[in-house]
Amino acid sequence: MTEWFDRFGKDFHNIFIEKDRWKWLVDGLFNTLKITFFAVLIGIVIGVVIATIRSTYDKNKESLKKKKGLPYYILKILNAISNVYLAVIRGTPVVVQLMIMYFIVFTSVGDGTVVAILSFGINSGAYVAEIFRGGIMSVDAGQFEAGRSLGFNYIQTMIYIVLPQMFKMVLPTLFNEFIVLVKETSVAGYVGIMDLTKAGDLIRGRTFSAFMPLIAVALIYLVIVLLLTYLDKRLERRLRKSDH
Amino acid sequence: MTIENDVIIKVEDLKKSFGKIEVLKGINAEIKRKDVCVVVGASGSGKSTFLRCLNLLEYPTEGRILFEGVDITDPSVNINTHRQKIGMVFQQFNLFPNMTVLKNLTIAPRKLLKLSKEEAEEKAFSLLKRVGLEDRASAYPSQLSGGMKQRIAIVRALCMNPDVMLFDEPTSALDPEMVGEVLAVMKELAHSGMTMVVVTHEMGFAREVGTNVIFIDGGRIAEEAPPEQFFNDPKNPRLKEFLSKVL
Repeated sequence: MTEWFDRFGKDFHNIFIEKDRWKWLVDGLFNTLKITFFAVLIGIVIGVVIATIRSTYDKNKESLKKKKGLPYYILKILNAISNVYLAVIRGTPVVVQLMIMYFIVFTSVGDGTVVAILSFGINSGAYVAEIFRGGIMSVDAGQFEAGRSLGFNYIQTMIYIVLPQMFKMVLPTLFNEFIVLVKETSVAGYVGIMDLTKAGDLIRGRTFSAFMPLIAVALIYLVIVLLLTYLDKRLERRLRKSDH
Repeated sequence: MTIENDVIIKVEDLKKSFGKIEVLKGINAEIKRKDVCVVVGASGSGKSTFLRCLNLLEYPTEGRILFEGVDITDPSVNINTHRQKIGMVFQQFNLFPNMTVLKNLTIAPRKLLKLSKEEAEEKAFSLLKRVGLEDRASAYPSQLSGGMKQRIAIVRALCMNPDVMLFDEPTSALDPEMVGEVLAVMKELAHSGMTMVVVTHEMGFAREVGTNVIFIDGGRIAEEAPPEQFFNDPKNPRLKEFLSKVL
């Protein structure tokens, strides 16, 4: 038993401590968190905008069609653009999107991390949009009417009345998307970004030892996801205050 | 004040279709200041649609609605500023479930009338007192009974200082023992001089509080009369049949 511990300690030292290779993992983790955090922000912004456009169009196309005004055509075009965006983003693998962005679209941007943030953000936005749209559609129509009857315009009703209720409803699904996103960023290595996965893989290559670096990487992802799950539960509990 | 100025809502040849089904087939009506106009009719007759057209929750297919002299069906009119003057109470209350009672009451005055937090809350509390619910300000809607919810919904509309109040079957979703408390608030409101349009099945309320009663049948106004005449001497055969069923 002590022999096993001795060997474990020695391996651990050789793999992580020597040449400060543990710092690679820290750098990689930092990159993974950075990409995920900003991609989540971009995804939420895109998601709110696309979901609002699509649900506004679905709810009002009948009444607007009759009036045939400029708003109808603007909304129709925005809705068409949203649909193309959703089809393309959800219809192609995120790795391919990332490589297209890095090797074709943003060849002049030196910092791969920025390209990765944009790619994952744009990708996540499509999924978040559909989550939000489902949430908006499931808020009772009476809530919307109550807001309008008080004198709020369409946008104000969305912001003050519908979206806060929608957020509460979609929170578990939304966190699920974030959890998927954290792990999806592990393909960032394809465009030469040193994320957590890539760092682990580099250590494996240098030390000719697969077990420890890869298990360490897996454990770190697991901890991140567990933390996100905990945060989700806490937020849900706080928001549940109003339904006794 | 001229007689014309006294008319707060004037409906001219209002028609409304949902797809191929024509629900309202040409309605003409006038609601004067301090009127309590009670609208009755069988379910599916179009009475709720009529009410919902008055603040454009349903957009009319044809016809005009003049609110305080302005044609609100004109697309160039900003309906939102007019809706601030038209309070509405729904059958299903439609309180905001994620907000406390106080927040429900103050959000519109604060955002739309730009009242300060203190002003809005002071107004809310004085109205809550009027309906006997000032101790429920920090409760969430889910903690209240149906009757309380509906009284709060009435107060929410009143917080905007409306010129007219629309009631869409305000007691139909309530347990029988809670109908009275809501009707009492509406009665008090009518006596205070509020102009009201009430769609309801409560014939007692129509008889006691109404200044005129409208019977809608098949998308048209089949009879309109003061309550006395409406209930004691109905002319329309469909109304006679209707009253024999509900009274």
